[in-house]
Amino acid sequence: MELTVGPNQFFWKAEEWGALYQDLATAPVERLVLGELVCSKRLPFYQNAILPALETLVDAGKEVLLTSLALVTLKRERKMTAELAEAGVEVEINDLTALAHLPEGARFAVGPLVNVYNEGTLAWLATKGAKRVCLPPELPLASVETLVRAGQEMGLAVEVWGHGRVPLAISGRCYHARLHGRIKDNCLFACEDDPDGLEVDTTDGKPFLSMNGVQTLSDSCASMAYQIETLRDIGVSALRLSPQSVGFVETCGLYRRRLNGEIDADTLSDELVKVSGGMRLSDGFLTGERGADWSGKAA
Amino acid sequence: MVMEIVCPAGTPAALRAAVKAGAHTIYCGFADETNARNFPGLNFSRAEMAEGIAFAHARGAKVLVAINTYPRAGDESLWHAAVADAETAGADAVILADLGLLAYAAGNHPNLRRHLSVQAAAANADIINFYGAEFGVKRVVLPRVLSVPEIAAINKETEIETEVFVFGGLCVMAEGRCSLSSYATGLSPNMNGVCSPASHVDYVEDAGALSAKLGGYTIHAVGADEPAPYPTLCKGCFTAGEKTAHLFEDPVSLNAEHLIPQLAKAGVTALKIEGRQRSRSYVAQVVKNFRAAVEAVDQGRALPEGMLARLSEGQAVTTGAYKKTWR
Amino acid sequence: MEHQDALTIPRFPSLLARTLRYLPLAPVSLALTRLTQNMAKQNAAMFRRLGAHDHACFLLDPTDLPVTLCLEPRGGHPKVSLHRHPPAADARIAGPLAALIGLVHGAYDGDALFFSRDLVIEGDTAAALALRNAVDDAELDLSAEVEALSGPFAQPLHKLIELAERRTGVALTRHEEDFLW
Repeated sequence: MELTVGPNQFFWKAEEWGALYQDLATAPVERLVLGELVCSKRLPFYQNAILPALETLVDAGKEVLLTSLALVTLKRERKMTAELAEAGVEVEINDLTALAHLPEGARFAVGPLVNVYNEGTLAWLATKGAKRVCLPPELPLASVETLVRAGQEMGLAVEVWGHGRVPLAISGRCYHARLHGRIKDNCLFACEDDPDGLEVDTTDGKPFLSMNGVQTLSDSCASMAYQIETLRDIGVSALRLSPQSVGFVETCGLYRRRLNGEIDADTLSDELVKVSGGMRLSDGFLTGERGADWSGKAA
Repeated sequence: MVMEIVCPAGTPAALRAAVKAGAHTIYCGFADETNARNFPGLNFSRAEMAEGIAFAHARGAKVLVAINTYPRAGDESLWHAAVADAETAGADAVILADLGLLAYAAGNHPNLRRHLSVQAAAANADIINFYGAEFGVKRVVLPRVLSVPEIAAINKETEIETEVFVFGGLCVMAEGRCSLSSYATGLSPNMNGVCSPASHVDYVEDAGALSAKLGGYTIHAVGADEPAPYPTLCKGCFTAGEKTAHLFEDPVSLNAEHLIPQLAKAGVTALKIEGRQRSRSYVAQVVKNFRAAVEAVDQGRALPEGMLARLSEGQAVTTGAYKKTWR
Repeated sequence: MEHQDALTIPRFPSLLARTLRYLPLAPVSLALTRLTQNMAKQNAAMFRRLGAHDHACFLLDPTDLPVTLCLEPRGGHPKVSLHRHPPAADARIAGPLAALIGLVHGAYDGDALFFSRDLVIEGDTAAALALRNAVDDAELDLSAEVEALSGPFAQPLHKLIELAERRTGVALTRHEEDFLW
């Protein structure tokens, strides 16, 4: 199985953003998706860092794609999305609007925020030129298995969410701004203070979700630590690792060692918690009763 | 032209009540996972659907069949059958969200009119026109993330009819793009047609206070005399940083009746009422109000006084994203 | 955000409620079971609507009366019993008698009553919802059902209904979706 680094979902300073990809140039991953997924207002702050990062990564032999925004509504966002198609880099669509702008027959990838739940949708995307699809994180194993098989017949690689806080929802409303008593248009970039999202707890103190501007993620970090063999056996082509602010390069290395059979699931999950500074893990969407469940040992 | 009132019906009785109360159009679904209100005791058998459609047609009303969940891999035939059965039953259109299902319906049931469900969250003119070109979609139900001026702008750029929600439950997230429910319960709108399902709700009443949990997560607790909203995840009370509040949305429901004249000016074709899970009495009440309102707007009269808030969740209402400051 | 006054639901007069403490429960339970079985014959669809919950046990608890009603649909062969001390059940729906009967007659909306706290649901919420939706679809008219009832069971129910109608202003007949709020 290959490793794909998904687009950074959070708002980081340009230097930190650039530094991550500098470090990832030597990380044991095959593919990276760059660009702004969550909020168009963030892009100007690090836009100039994207091209250098892209060049560094391509020079290092990595496959690089550019993501579309997850939700396109404003005129400016439509323009951004249209321009993506002209960038000369393969696009990962995370809102179908991007597909509307791609030239007929262009090769593209489909990200986890596009609703691909069944073979019919997969087939339709394949006829449009999709070569790689990262499935929505909420899909259970049975669906993944069916879609991988269908994908193989269509010459389409299927990837699953392997690691990272799970993107659960996208909204027109900015929750970071709301938390600070502001509206989205005057958000003052409140999300910048939370490089891994802001923890949202229940009123009785149970960690639950994570707030990231217009996006809502899980509190727990999904990890396929215990599902690697299963996923490999059914033919999943790649695991997607989603960037976090602490210990991400080490995280990529750990997954590679797990894929190589050098460490087991227990060791991987222990190490993931260690290098991240204590994240909670989950893998329930794939095999559990619900997304928040974890099949490994309790923390 | 009078704006079309599109009204929910969770049961045949609600459908009849809606037709009698003056709904131009009713939307409903089959009693299975193919529709996004797959709630206990709700929805239509095949026979009930055919009877309901005949009842509506005899009185000049239309019926739309919502098949707006995302078909499960390996089980698409259930959704394909729903499309075929809707056509057989005489449906005026089907409301679909899934790309694969749209392609299937366009290919196999070309004469069955296709509407794009709000669950597809098509939020700009480019993607709306794309759905029109690819699948022959004639109408799109707009996601609840757009302001009135944005809706007007969309209508200027597309020939496809637009339908917008004016009353009832309010999704805070872009519809069809939310897995909060399955994260907490394993069941989601996209896969199972339920959000924050009743099967995973626990109400605990203690000394007059009522605590509502979903999948073991406390969504909110209210005092003895406070309104008790259903524990819908995104309307819960949570803590982030120093703040404990309804961080995503207050327990409010949408009421845009006062915006009807603006929505008419914005080129909207149809006004949609949420609530297939509500009673026949609710449905009739809301329809009467909105029918009177669109007639008034059409004749250039002032809107009748609203009396809908009592029917609303938590008895508080919002105009949601239609006003830009909501964001 | 705007708020609006809640609707007022009539309460069963407490003096009258107290007299119900001395009501013999067994004959009334039998009468209600008979009534419900008659309704089941004419409303098979209502029981089908319960789906997986058609063998659940429901407590209907009029909070202004000293008795609780236990309804067991038993897959279309329902049984009803009255209790002074409610037994264990899958779901409990509690509220003023007027609210419970108004729900059956389509005079009130269950969600609205629940939001306003006039109605409390405990236990298996899905079962309670299924029952509410099934009943809403059935367009029942309890007093017509009672009228249709004859024989020894009819007498106590007729009496009870008459008493209640006179004293409470409760919606005892089906409303053609015209509203009490």
